[in-house]
Amino acid sequence: MLSFKMALRSISANKMRAMLTMLGIIIGVMALVVLVSLVSGATTSVTDAVSDLGSSLISVTVSDDKGAPVTLETLEEWMDEEELGLIAPAATDSVTGKHEGEYDSVTVYGTTPAYYEVQDLQLSMGRWLKSTDLDNHSYVCVINETAAAELIGYTDCVGQTLSLDGVEFTVVGILSDDDDSLTAVFSSGSLVAYIPYTSLMRLSDSVTGEITSFYVAAAEGSALDVAEARMEALLLERFEEDEDAYSISSQDVLEDAMSSITSTLTILLGGIAGISLVVGGIGIMNIMLVTVTERTREIGIRKAIGASRGTILTQFLIEAVVLCMMGCCLGIFLSWAMLQAVNTVVASTGMAFGLNGGVVMIAVVFCFLIGVVFGLYPANKAAKMKPIDALHYGG
Amino acid sequence: MIELKDVCKFYQVGEDRVRALDHACLHIYPHEFVSIIGPSGSGKSTLMNIIGCLDVADAGSYLLDGLPIEQYSENQLAQVRNHKIGFVFQSFNLIPKLSAEENVELPLIYQGVKRAERQQRVKEALRRVGLEKRAKHLPTELSGGQQQRVAIARAIVTNPKLILADEPTGALDSKTTQEIIDIFHDLHAQGNTIVLITHDNDVAKQASRSVHILDGRITEVKL
Ligand SMILES: Nc1ncnc2c1ncn2[C@@H]1O[C@H](COP(=O)(O)OP(=O)(O)OP(=O)(O)O)[C@@H](O)[C@H]1O
Ligand SMILES: [Mg+2]
Repeated sequence: MLSFKMALRSISANKMRAMLTMLGIIIGVMALVVLVSLVSGATTSVTDAVSDLGSSLISVTVSDDKGAPVTLETLEEWMDEEELGLIAPAATDSVTGKHEGEYDSVTVYGTTPAYYEVQDLQLSMGRWLKSTDLDNHSYVCVINETAAAELIGYTDCVGQTLSLDGVEFTVVGILSDDDDSLTAVFSSGSLVAYIPYTSLMRLSDSVTGEITSFYVAAAEGSALDVAEARMEALLLERFEEDEDAYSISSQDVLEDAMSSITSTLTILLGGIAGISLVVGGIGIMNIMLVTVTERTREIGIRKAIGASRGTILTQFLIEAVVLCMMGCCLGIFLSWAMLQAVNTVVASTGMAFGLNGGVVMIAVVFCFLIGVVFGLYPANKAAKMKPIDALHYGG
Repeated sequence: MIELKDVCKFYQVGEDRVRALDHACLHIYPHEFVSIIGPSGSGKSTLMNIIGCLDVADAGSYLLDGLPIEQYSENQLAQVRNHKIGFVFQSFNLIPKLSAEENVELPLIYQGVKRAERQQRVKEALRRVGLEKRAKHLPTELSGGQQQRVAIARAIVTNPKLILADEPTGALDSKTTQEIIDIFHDLHAQGNTIVLITHDNDVAKQASRSVHILDGRITEVKL
């Protein structure tokens, strides 16, 4: 405490110099804190936007049914669970679609009416699959605009027939492509048809009544992770507590990609700011060396009246660290002020930037380390002076 | 108290080898008041620095209170300086940015004395040199004699057995000189061992014993 006071005094003895020395640290800290706070602030608002698009659904794949296959009836039962909302199977196959001589490869999804809401799809015309279609194994399909344009030639083709692997299906609805949902992003350009699950069972050899892949939405007012936990419990119960029998995920691919991009960006910017902090540290070392030389006589006096090596070392080390930490605090304060200023400028966009607590912590720790590392050499130089030489320095 | 035997100290300046101390032998007993006189450049300060553990001899042995100083490490020497020795320099050597009382307090801080006791002992030391009213002044705000008294207060605040003074009156007028010497007489009367360097015969005479040094050799003289 006492040495801390002494350090403050010798720093305040030369305010201008202390200020200039600290400037290096201040700028370094500001670069670090402001940049990282801006990136993380921007990330938060972009991520929010992304998860608005977001598929807030859980996808489940069954690899080993242990003699208890999941069927359409099982899904019906599960839909009664309090935490779970709609559940839709998604069997898929690739078939050849044909219409009046035009043909192309089409991805067919066999599903139920629930799929529309679970996946948050948008019809541009016609209707979606109905439960009667399912019961009757009707040969009806909903296709996307791409498929309509490619195969039939125009997009308002409700009522037309489309042959899928030689079986005639009536087109009952068209899905709009210009929907910004995640599925649309990934399936753009491909031809897609949705047909009743029961119809796909007849059409495709690989699809049976045993459902291997389905999507689950959380119940209204229930969080996705709560739903996921419930789903997981149900699956464990069904598959003899074998976690390897299925896989369950609710991760949003886009969010993952975003977060990996922004964490790279954060590290990159943080690294650059870190370099400027190190440069600031060199400034501290430089000024501490000057201070030690200037105060050689004082060091001699202190040693003559009984200061040990350690005492002198600590004194100058604390001085360097205090100088660094003062710069750090000022830097953090100025960063905060700067972010407030940015906030008022961008207020209209609805973005808000706050100090990122993590980076403030990092800045404080880093400044402390810089103070120690760059203070050590000058402090050691002071500590190992011979008392007699130091006393006679400069007269 | 002090036992120097064949102590030598050389300085290599370019080609020349200066013998600052040449087989100096000196015994000083506890509670003695010894003055050391000699012409400029005779090695007085060199001797004093060795006695005060600020410097180490190149040859010979030095026992301080029975302790073999030449075998001590740097930190042990710092301890010895802190606890056993009070140093008064010709040029005062106060730390300019600390006030009188802070300068006096410093050796106690290095001893690790508690704050309350420190304040009490600083006050007492300043009172003994008659400066209690100037406690808050910076060295630059004090006269030479006052500064030297602060330096003496700093030397005695730890109650050292040995007080070393290297020309403490060299920069002072004769009246102030006498005031300072009176303080040393007081300290001597209280049982301290005092070694005083001077080139002033009048001052030297006031000591109980006088030692003469010339070209690094020590001879005892009666005045
Ligand atoms: N650091 C040094 N380097 C080289 N020579 C030195 C050094 N210190 C002292 N000397 C030499 O040692 C001799 C003794 O010096 P010292 O300082 O002990 O003299 P002194 O008796 O105290 O003189 P004064 O009365 O002027 O203070 C001198 O000849 C001086 O030139
Ligand atoms: Mg001298």
